[in-house]
Amino acid sequence: MATVVERVTKVIVDRLGVDESEVKMEASFRDDLGADSLDVVELVMELEDEFDMEISDEDAEQISTVGNAVTYIESKQG
Amino acid sequence: MSLSLQGKTFVIMGVANKRSIAWGIAQSLDKAGANIIFTYAGERFEKPVRDLVATLEGKHELVLPCDVTNDEDVERCFATIGETVGKVDGLAHCIAFAKTEELAGNFSDTSREGFLLAHNISAFSLTVVAKAVKPLMTEGGSIVTLTYLGGEKVVPNYNIMGVAKASLDMSVRYLAADLGRYNIRVNAISAGPIRTLSAKGVSDFNSVLKEIEERAPLRRNTTPEEVGDTALFLFSQLSRGITGETIHCDSGFHIL
Repeated sequence: MATVVERVTKVIVDRLGVDESEVKMEASFRDDLGADSLDVVELVMELEDEFDMEISDEDAEQISTVGNAVTYIESKQG
Repeated sequence: MSLSLQGKTFVIMGVANKRSIAWGIAQSLDKAGANIIFTYAGERFEKPVRDLVATLEGKHELVLPCDVTNDEDVERCFATIGETVGKVDGLAHCIAFAKTEELAGNFSDTSREGFLLAHNISAFSLTVVAKAVKPLMTEGGSIVTLTYLGGEKVVPNYNIMGVAKASLDMSVRYLAADLGRYNIRVNAISAGPIRTLSAKGVSDFNSVLKEIEERAPLRRNTTPEEVGDTALFLFSQLSRGITGETIHCDSGFHIL
């Protein structure tokens, strides 16, 4: 079974069309991975589907880097 | 479902991604053998739309930009469609926009600019597009738009978009009255809330979905496929006697 990091990375690569090597923990979706505001919303929706979870509007606003997403998902999966 | 639209041409406006209701309509029409022309809002959507279109069974070659806030752009888009295919049998208008910050909080805080923007893109666009496609509907036609319950009743956070949908709903009726003599029908589908990119802009959207699952007569949420099949009906000869109508495809939630 793929780890959270691997699954998040795959979602980001598929969604943003970036190279896997660019998807570092500290990478910002907007500043480093070229996402616009709609991309970020789409990304959050893809993550909700991938991990079968609901990410509230408030929580979604806090997710701006790859690391944010991974930490958030891991904390919810506990 | 064996409803054939073989040999018919349709314009679908407003596919943003695979979750779009417009995409549900595209899939239903594609399965029915229709030829589809896609229009997208801006450069940002070109690649995603082209990638999606490539996954359909039919070969739909015309994918065009169309900025509905710009009269010349709409004219240019439909002139290209006219030159390429000649005749159009139906059009799906799946376009709406409001500022995210106005899809939350107090309706009374709506700005003049936000009010006009929402009406321009979400309501007036139907009229400008109907006018542009009319000369291409030489054998009659069917125009379908997407509305929502928030245009009939107050729905939390839907705010300015609800007022714009009310304007859209009435535009459907006036257009139906105008265009009926050309055998062009104009109808709306009021879809239940669906997890689209646009819907995500409405504050606390997840709880709206939950309420439908718990309370709607069918006890489930509406899918883009269900709306797609309703559109297929409205685009087919089966609905030839229907115009100026709003069909609720919403698991029955509107009766509550």
